[in-house]
Amino acid sequence: MKKLGILTNGILKENPVLVLILGTCPTLAISTQASNAIGMGLAATAVLVCSNIAISALRKVIPDNVRIPCYIVLIAGFVTVVEMLVKAYAPALDESLGIYLPLIVVNCIILGRAEMFANKNTVIDSALDGIGMGLGFTLALLIMAVIREALGSGTVFGHVLPVLLNNHISILTLAPGGFFVYGCMIALVNRLTGGKASRNGEKGCQCCPSAAACGKLQDTGCGKDGEV
Amino acid sequence: MGELVHFSFKGLVVILMSAVFVNNYVLQKFLGICSFLGVSKRLDQATGMSLAVIFVMELATAVTWPIQYYLLNPHGLGYMQTIVFILVIAALVQLVEIALKKYIPSLHAALGIYLPLITTNCAVLGVAILNIDKQYDFLAAMVNSLGSGLGYFLAMVMFAGVRSRMEEGETPKAFEGLPILLVAASIVSVSFFGFSGVIDRLFS
Repeated sequence: MKKLGILTNGILKENPVLVLILGTCPTLAISTQASNAIGMGLAATAVLVCSNIAISALRKVIPDNVRIPCYIVLIAGFVTVVEMLVKAYAPALDESLGIYLPLIVVNCIILGRAEMFANKNTVIDSALDGIGMGLGFTLALLIMAVIREALGSGTVFGHVLPVLLNNHISILTLAPGGFFVYGCMIALVNRLTGGKASRNGEKGCQCCPSAAACGKLQDTGCGKDGEV
Repeated sequence: MGELVHFSFKGLVVILMSAVFVNNYVLQKFLGICSFLGVSKRLDQATGMSLAVIFVMELATAVTWPIQYYLLNPHGLGYMQTIVFILVIAALVQLVEIALKKYIPSLHAALGIYLPLITTNCAVLGVAILNIDKQYDFLAAMVNSLGSGLGYFLAMVMFAGVRSRMEEGETPKAFEGLPILLVAASIVSVSFFGFSGVIDRLFS
């Protein structure tokens, strides 16, 4: 039962994108098309599961002082593997994800989960956490992509939606639409949970590797008053 | 990897201008969003952070470009790009911080606190990888990094201004904090569309 809790935690209660506010860059950039969103989500999930397992297995070996560089090397290794697999078996996806595929390395969800979960828990728990968080990321990305694709270009997964096709709001597929839809979705989560997303932005910030440095900028907002 | 693309002076100006205005890293490509939202609260901090980003972007390109073309590619190790770049950038930032602290303490006092934030900033790794992807030659890569850094600077300063005005307004409860910032960023991002045709037409 507890294992199930770890798995579902990432999907709903601590959804990395909508509740913890992690991994904003790929979320905004990739959510223009539902098919890309799934590709990105699954690529990141694969990296997250592998890195969580590896980091959890090595948690007693890696010295505490140099853990962040070690994690980055491990994560970068897995990202390279995923990158090569995508290039080989899904060249179209590689084309549309472009630079965001190698940039999974600096996706804060992955380093964040390593720091917050994998280095304190067993291998199996970490793997489940990785799957849950990865699916949560994919789900959030998919919801956003479906909204943006349906309203922005009148299609979903490339299938034409009859009424929306003639009344599409093309700006939603462009950069401003990304910011806008993401802002509205977080507002909705805030509304449903009583301000949890904005408060949790703080929690997300703490697991960011630069949190210590960010905290030194006295009132930048990073983790201070719940703003980002 | 194909042939390197070389540019005339006009070509370089176009690269610079498009990197600042058209393909703005923050507002059009969504790179470096964390720091964009986190450090843009006060103008002085936004400026400091942006200067540090420009500095590190230039430095990272100056180091990663030769590594890719003289070290990785000749030995068939092009696929190691991601691992090598992120490590080189992380180490570089550390070195710069140590060097600044020792030799130019005044600059360290001004930019030092922003440097660690940049290590995992996707904009820096992004510009290093994009320069290789687009097969820019060394000069074009440096110009592109400068433009990207300036674009980041422009977005940060503009957004810091917007934010200072926003603090006075009242926002709906659910939109307080992050959501309203994202909506504001969306409107700032719209303003950059005005530039999209201008740069191409101006120089072609």
